[in-house]
Amino acid sequence: MRHLLDTRTLAREDAIRILDVAEDMADTQSREVKKLPTLRGKTVVNLFFEDSTRTRISFEAAAKRLSADVINFAAKGSSVSKGESLQDTAQTLQAMGADAVVIRHSASGAPRTLATSGWIEAGVVNAGDGTHEHPTQALLDAFTMRKRRYGADSRGRDLAGFRVAVVGDILHSRVARSNVWLLHTLGADITLVAPPTLLPQDISAWPVTVRYDLDKAIAEEPHALMMLRIQLERMNASYFPSEREYSRRWGLDARRLAGLPDGTIVMHPGPMNRGLEICAEAADSPRSTVLEQVKAGVSVRMAVLYLLLTGQNTATTEEER
Amino acid sequence: MSTRPEFQRTVLHDADIARALTRIAHEILESNRGPDDLILLGIPTRGVTLAHRLAALIERFAGAPVAVGALDVTMYRDDLAKHPTRTPQPTQIPAGGIDGKVVVLVDDVLFSGRSIRAALDALNDIGRPAAVRLAILVDRGHRELPIRPDFVGKNLPSARSERVNVRLSEVDGAADEVSIESPVASDVAASDIAASNTGAPETDGGEAR
Repeated sequence: MRHLLDTRTLAREDAIRILDVAEDMADTQSREVKKLPTLRGKTVVNLFFEDSTRTRISFEAAAKRLSADVINFAAKGSSVSKGESLQDTAQTLQAMGADAVVIRHSASGAPRTLATSGWIEAGVVNAGDGTHEHPTQALLDAFTMRKRRYGADSRGRDLAGFRVAVVGDILHSRVARSNVWLLHTLGADITLVAPPTLLPQDISAWPVTVRYDLDKAIAEEPHALMMLRIQLERMNASYFPSEREYSRRWGLDARRLAGLPDGTIVMHPGPMNRGLEICAEAADSPRSTVLEQVKAGVSVRMAVLYLLLTGQNTATTEEER
Repeated sequence: MSTRPEFQRTVLHDADIARALTRIAHEILESNRGPDDLILLGIPTRGVTLAHRLAALIERFAGAPVAVGALDVTMYRDDLAKHPTRTPQPTQIPAGGIDGKVVVLVDDVLFSGRSIRAALDALNDIGRPAAVRLAILVDRGHRELPIRPDFVGKNLPSARSERVNVRLSEVDGAADEVSIESPVASDVAASDIAASNTGAPETDGGEAR
């Protein structure tokens, strides 16, 4: 694996490999000494052109647990605010000897540009680009689902027959897109639930079922209900009449929580708007996997950095015992 | 494994392997003066199988169960950048941890010693055992580090270019066997043989030290 740019082109075997390695990484995180020497001497740059706390510290923790050096580059207050281009920033990082670049950018496709431009030799990890993809979020979601479903017996398994309902702002959500492609690759059945205004114009090519009514989607007994964050900063147009109306029709409130089938898990990529798309009871209930997702995030990102920064992908050799 | 290369010969058959493991189990019990505080940690994949077999033998001879687990060393290797990406295997440490215990590391083949160096580093992050010992089914020489096994199934002088294959029924689904495979027979010059390199003078049949 050279880069991780999206989940749409991620092969099933690569996806399962990342999840399996993440299992091993998760095991090391319960030890007294959580740090592994694996990436000693490697430099990981967190190149964040958009604000992010959770994703950045998750990548930072993952890189540090593997003993890599981490350089955080936030666009605010940097040379980018003085008008530096992506090319010049990349070439600067190349000159400094970055081995991997974790990039978040408001423009869809910026990570691919970085990976294919020849400006930089480092491995590129997409940490969210525009409304395109956020592959590590989908991988940690899949990891969490697999863990809840199969427990300690998760290694090597996919999500065949697992029903997932993704609820909320699909239109602006890169998390939803990455999840659709990855979960489809892993064999899950995906239902999107949203007001028509918050769905992309043409999703006939997506491997999903669309519902406009959350209660109908819940009646179909999904194994996982993924509530997306309503990004109030993006709600400048009239996508729905009011927050109260949205909450009443598409929010997971106490009544809907009580009506969920046994075993259905409630997921949220965070940060949550409690009382809008998810009520406090749901967020704090045993069904909620919010904190498990955060924990899985570090393991999955450790796995991705490990696979990106060590060797190339072929079978293990017999040498050097 | 279905087609056998031309220059492959079997050095240990299943009965030989069973005898070697029986002897190692006795030696572990002897040096530890019984089964108390013993933990056997196998290095994946075949080391784990061997550790379980040794644990069963020790339990039979000593009449008391002995803790057994797995220790993956992938993340501690020093050659991660020089080889294809390795997929890590699970590490399982017996409940109660390794602090103050006598850990016996178990692996199938001892070669450069770098896996064992990695295993010692991995142990360091898990706890502080009272002592660490090393049990090996086949010692093929060519050490690159000052590491030496405490219990050896067989010293097997080999050329660097040769491959030593260990087959165990639990992992490989075929009868137990240790074989040695040469790329081209004539390549193996006498000077390349590592007999003097095994770190221990050979006794009869290359067994025991």
